[in-house]
Amino acid sequence: MTDQPLLEVRDLRVTFGGTGRRRRGDSPPTVAVDGVSFDVSPGQVVGLVGESGCGKSVTSLAIMGLLPKRGVRVTGSAMFEGTDLLGLSDAAMRDRRGRDLGMVFQDPLSALNPVVPIGVQVTEVLRRHRSMNAAAAKTEATELLRRVGIPDPGRRLAEYPHQLSGGMRQRALIAIALACRPRLLIADEPTTALDVTIQAQILALLAELVVDTGTALIMITHDLGVVAGLCDEVNVLYGGRVVERARRHELFATPRHPYTHGLLGSIPRLDAPSGERLAAIKGSVADNLAWDSACAFAPRCPRSLAECTEHTPPTEEVLQRLLSCHNPVPVQVRS
Amino acid sequence: MSDLVEVDDLKVHYPLKYGVFVDRTVGYVYAVDGVSLRIRRGETYGLVGESGCGKSTLGRALLRLTDLTSGRVAIDGVDLSGLHGEPLRRMRRRMQMVFQDPLSSLNPRQCVRAMLVEGLRAHGLDTSREATEARLRELLDAVGLPVGALRRYPHEFSGGQRQRIGIARALSVNPDLIVADEPVSALDVSVQAQVLNLLEDLQAALGLTYLVIAHDLAVVRHMADRVGVMYLGGIVEEAPAGALYGSPRHPYTRALLSAVPVPDPVVEDRREHLLLTGDLPSPAAPPSGCRFHTRCPWRQPTRCDEERPELRVIAGAGSGSGAGSGAVAEHRVACHYAEQIDAGLLRPHDVSPEVVPEGVVLGAAPPAHPASVTEVLGH
Repeated sequence: MTDQPLLEVRDLRVTFGGTGRRRRGDSPPTVAVDGVSFDVSPGQVVGLVGESGCGKSVTSLAIMGLLPKRGVRVTGSAMFEGTDLLGLSDAAMRDRRGRDLGMVFQDPLSALNPVVPIGVQVTEVLRRHRSMNAAAAKTEATELLRRVGIPDPGRRLAEYPHQLSGGMRQRALIAIALACRPRLLIADEPTTALDVTIQAQILALLAELVVDTGTALIMITHDLGVVAGLCDEVNVLYGGRVVERARRHELFATPRHPYTHGLLGSIPRLDAPSGERLAAIKGSVADNLAWDSACAFAPRCPRSLAECTEHTPPTEEVLQRLLSCHNPVPVQVRS
Repeated sequence: MSDLVEVDDLKVHYPLKYGVFVDRTVGYVYAVDGVSLRIRRGETYGLVGESGCGKSTLGRALLRLTDLTSGRVAIDGVDLSGLHGEPLRRMRRRMQMVFQDPLSSLNPRQCVRAMLVEGLRAHGLDTSREATEARLRELLDAVGLPVGALRRYPHEFSGGQRQRIGIARALSVNPDLIVADEPVSALDVSVQAQVLNLLEDLQAALGLTYLVIAHDLAVVRHMADRVGVMYLGGIVEEAPAGALYGSPRHPYTRALLSAVPVPDPVVEDRREHLLLTGDLPSPAAPPSGCRFHTRCPWRQPTRCDEERPELRVIAGAGSGSGAGSGAVAEHRVACHYAEQIDAGLLRPHDVSPEVVPEGVVLGAAPPAHPASVTEVLGH
C-alpha cells in the first residue's frame, strides 16, 4: 500500500501501578501492554486477537485516551494523521473522540446510558460534533438507526436501552459510533455478548459499513473465526506483545508462531471431522515469564528451547509477516 | 443400549408476576414447551440454541432443579416428576451438574477438600478416613490437579482449574449422568481445549453419560454423539452429530450453522451466509404455529403460521457417520416442508424484521411488553 497509514501505533506501553510513591508491600507494576506497534491504513480492517489478559482491550483504550490518568503510565505514540493521540489534552481528545475516532464496546447495555432515550444518545453526538440543531439531528439519527438495520427507527428513538434486545442495542451503539463518519472505528469484542445468528448480522453490518464509508476498523476479538472472515491483517497478541502479524490468508494457512499455531489447533471447528482430539495448549496465562529476559510464552510452548527462557525473542519482519520467536513453526507443518 | 434419560412432553412454564401487594400472574414464559428426548447410556447428547431458547431450563428440569409444569422425566426408569424429599435427594447422587461459571458455582469460603467431601458425606460414601483420602486423590488425579489443591480455596485457581474442581465435585459421588451447562464458555480458547479433552477422557474411563448444553455449535459438534437444536422452548431438529452438521434439515439449523464463523479465511470467503433477520421472539408470547415462522426464509403461507410442526423422522437422511454406533440414529425434524426445501422445490425469500407488537396476550395493563429474553428473565 502506497498511501500514508491513518494510524501508526509505535511501541505502545501501558503500565498499571508504580506511578506514585512506592510503599512496602505494594505489588509490582503490571505491564499490560508491552511495546505494541501496528499500522492501520484508511479503509483497512485490522484485527487484534488474543486471550483475556493479552492487552488487546487496554491497547484500544489507550489509543482512545480512555484509561484513567491516575496509576497508569502510557508511553509510546499513536500518530493519527500527524498528531500524536497520546499527547493530546483532554479537551482536544474530546473533540476527536466521536468525530474522528468511534468506538463500539463489548457490552452495549453498560456502554449505553440506561436513563437516557436512544434518540438523545445518538443526537448528542451529532449536536456536539456536527453542530446540528435538534430537528436536523433527529432526522439524521432516524436515518442512522435505519441504516444500521433497526426496524421502525422513528419509534425506537424515544425508547430506552432496556427496551431493546441485545442485538438492537449493539446496532444502536454502532449508529452512535458512526454518527460523525469517523475515519477510524475501534470495535472491542463487539459480538461477544451476542448469539451467533445476531453476531452474523452485526459482522455483516460492520463489513458493509466499512466498505460503504471507507472507515478503517480495528477489530478486537478473541474469536479467530470472526477474524478469518473480516480482517485484512491480523495481529496476534500474547502477554502484551504482538507475537505474529500477517495478512489473514497467510496467517491461517501457515501460522508460524507456536502460540498462533496452538490456538488454531485448540479450537473445535465446525468443518473438522468430529471426534478428532483437540491439541490443547498446556498451562495458562498465569505461567507467563516477563518479556525483558525471556519469551513470555516459553513455559507453555511445545517448541521452547533453552534460549527461550534466557533471551527476549527478536522481532523480525519478513515478507509482510512479523514474527517474534526463537524457534518458529516451519512453514510446511500444517497441511 | 438402553436409555438412561427419558423425557416425555416436558413443559416448564415460569409465571410472570405483576402487582404490588397481591402477585397476579399475568402470563407465562414458555421456557420449555413440549420436549421429548431420549439419552442413551454412555452417549453424549448435545443441546444447542441461542440464549433464551430454554436449553438451560431443560437441563435443570432434567435434574429437578426447577419444578416441572407437566410432563415426565425419568432417569434409569425412575420417574423424577413424582419424587420428593428423601427419595429425590438419594436420586441426586446419580445425576450431577457442571456449571458455566466456575467461580460463582464454587463456594468461596470452602476449600477444595470440604467441597469434595461434602457430597461424599451427604450420600454416605464417606465410610472411612483412608477410603475418603484415597478417593480425594483419585478425583484430583482424574481431573489433573495436584494434591496440594485440597487445602486451597477457589480464588487461588485459574479459570480452567476452577472448572476442573467443578468437574471433580460432580464426579465425587459417582454419578451416571452429568449435565454440563456451558462447561467451557467462560474459558479462554487455549484452556477450553484442555477441559474438553478432560471431559472426553473421563467419559471414556468412567462410562459417563453427558448432556452438554452450549451455544457454541463447534463445541457441541466436537463433543456430542447426538445433537438437539432448540428454538423457543422446543426441539426443532435432532440427529447424530455428523448428520446434523453435514446436512441440516431445519431452516433454523441451516441459519445457525451458516452463522458460525470458521477460523479459516478460505472457507469464510467461499461460504454462503444465510442471515436471519430480527431477534428471537419473546418466549412469553411465542408465535403461533411454527415458532420459527417469523424469521424463516422458507415460510409458506397459512400452514406455517397455524400448525405447530411435530418432530418427525425424516427419510433419506444420510447415514449417521458412525457416531450412532449402530443403534437407530434417527434424523428428526420439526418442519412442515423439510423435504421440499431439501429438494430445492421451495426458494428462500426475504424476511423483513418484525417489530415486536405491543401489548399482546398479556391481559390487562401489563408492564411494557418485554423486548427480549433477558428482560423477561430479569423480571
